[in-house]
Amino acid sequence: MSNMNATPLLEVRNLSKYFGAVRALNDFSMQVDAGEVVAVAGDNGAGKTTMIKAVSGVFPPTGGEILLKGRPQHFASPQDARQKGIETIYQDLALADNLTIGGNIFLGREPMTKMFGFLPVLDRKAMAEAARETMKRLDFHVNRLDAPVSNFSGGQRQAVAIGRAVYWDASILIMDEPTAALGVPEQRKVLSLIRQLKAQGRGIIFISHNLQDIFSVSDRIIVLRRGVLAGERKIAETNHDEIVKLMVGGA
Amino acid sequence: MTNTTAAPPEDTGVAPPADHADAPGWISRIAEGRAWLFLIVLVLVFEIWSRLSFGATFVGSTYNWQSIAIFTTAPLLLAVGETFVIISSGIDLSVGFTMGLAAVVAAHVTNITGQTLPAPLAVLAGVLAAVIVAGIPGFVNGLLISRLRVPPFIGTLGMYGVARGAAYLLAGGTTVPVSGNSFISTLGNGTIGGVPWLVIITIVFVIVMHYVLSQTRFGQHNYAIGANEQAARRAGIDIRRHVVWLYILSSMCAGLGGALYTARYTAGAAQAGEPLLLDCIAAVVIGGASLFGGSGSILGTVAGALVIAVIQYGLVFVDVQPFWQFVAVGVVIIISVLIDQLQRRFSGARQDE
Repeated sequence: MSNMNATPLLEVRNLSKYFGAVRALNDFSMQVDAGEVVAVAGDNGAGKTTMIKAVSGVFPPTGGEILLKGRPQHFASPQDARQKGIETIYQDLALADNLTIGGNIFLGREPMTKMFGFLPVLDRKAMAEAARETMKRLDFHVNRLDAPVSNFSGGQRQAVAIGRAVYWDASILIMDEPTAALGVPEQRKVLSLIRQLKAQGRGIIFISHNLQDIFSVSDRIIVLRRGVLAGERKIAETNHDEIVKLMVGGA
Repeated sequence: MTNTTAAPPEDTGVAPPADHADAPGWISRIAEGRAWLFLIVLVLVFEIWSRLSFGATFVGSTYNWQSIAIFTTAPLLLAVGETFVIISSGIDLSVGFTMGLAAVVAAHVTNITGQTLPAPLAVLAGVLAAVIVAGIPGFVNGLLISRLRVPPFIGTLGMYGVARGAAYLLAGGTTVPVSGNSFISTLGNGTIGGVPWLVIITIVFVIVMHYVLSQTRFGQHNYAIGANEQAARRAGIDIRRHVVWLYILSSMCAGLGGALYTARYTAGAAQAGEPLLLDCIAAVVIGGASLFGGSGSILGTVAGALVIAVIQYGLVFVDVQPFWQFVAVGVVIIISVLIDQLQRRFSGARQDE
């Protein structure tokens, strides 16, 4: 290993993504260590979404490498990336509102059991049990495990989406604007969730427009501008002004 | 490297948010049984009406219930498949003529195989052929919708025309009688312990479909796709495959409906399911499914189909001009959608439609 420290959880080397003549992401590199929160900031169209999508397997990059624990990866699909431990929590949550917490955690990989010893049926009890356990691990108390998630508040729904990642033991969580569209107390709750994920040794990529949130949970911040890395700072060694300057360019 | 220890969760100073899901429990429970409640009220109305006008009982007559049950079978078979489709936020307009096509196929195949096979086997061959042939328009629907991104309304409307034409061509423009087969009329009109065979077959089929929708992955994924297709896709569900099977399931339900039609009338007719399309969609909607997708149940649809059958049969029973049936069913559809809207508002669920 070339690195003096332990191999980073996730390493992105010289990643590029072109759409025709448009260079949405150009020669971008970053790394995320276990128990580290890395914020990614940038104006609209700076390449944040392109970067996430390449890392989470939505489309293959035009060039560059993605390494998980030092091993090069080629994700065939988001499912592939998820199986290897990269879970993306999208802004619009990607929950099925009409299903329970358990139903959402297990969506697409539901546990089955046998009724009367022969008839395969969904194991709703196991799903509810896992939902209870997972939400407890996140210090989130929900007592209606048989209610559809549409009945829950925005913060609780965000916690369900995070719970799904935790249950399936994702080592890297990519969170796209997890605090947008939440009330202030719920924003705080989600930020404390992020700190807990960090304490569990997971790596977190935190995409946000909100510098206050970024400064309160992140260890490092990476700024993208027009598809290229505009700068990388340790949170302890920078301030709002510097980040804003990096985001908008040398005006 | 970063060595910041994570802050304990208590330091946010925020109490866990209140659980929002407690209040509307009883409302949603009533809403689920809405169609059944409606059915009971409807039956009471006809009982009172019939006693006041004719001094006769409506509820007390087994003959009435037998007729209503038989009357319910065909639209219910279509509605069961349509329930799956509507929950997935699609629609299948082709089921009526798929049923007609299947009825014609059942009659032909029973006649042809009846020349060599014993009567019960010939009927079995006819039923199987009808269900399998019915799967073809469903398969095409599924491909159109999942692969070529044709909106379900348009794709299945096209198939409505194709199946209609195919059924009439196959029938030679007329009805196709099943001849020399006594077993088929036993199946279509016989009873066992006072319960018609058709009703028994339909009940067994409905139980199986209830199981598929409520207890299997296919059913669970169907709800998820109806609520949030993107979420389902991101969760790794193969939506294209699911949608193809979904529309095959829907038209196979119609296929069984067509085969049973042939058994009941000992003849297959292309127009067998023509008047049933709107009835079956109405049954699903009255049964509590939302046309926006994501909600509905087989048990609700059963109640919905019974509501329609009781209205139609009951109005004839109390000697009202048959045209009022259309008005009554229409009013019931509108009322159930209105109740659905009200319930959504009161239950505090997110209203994003």
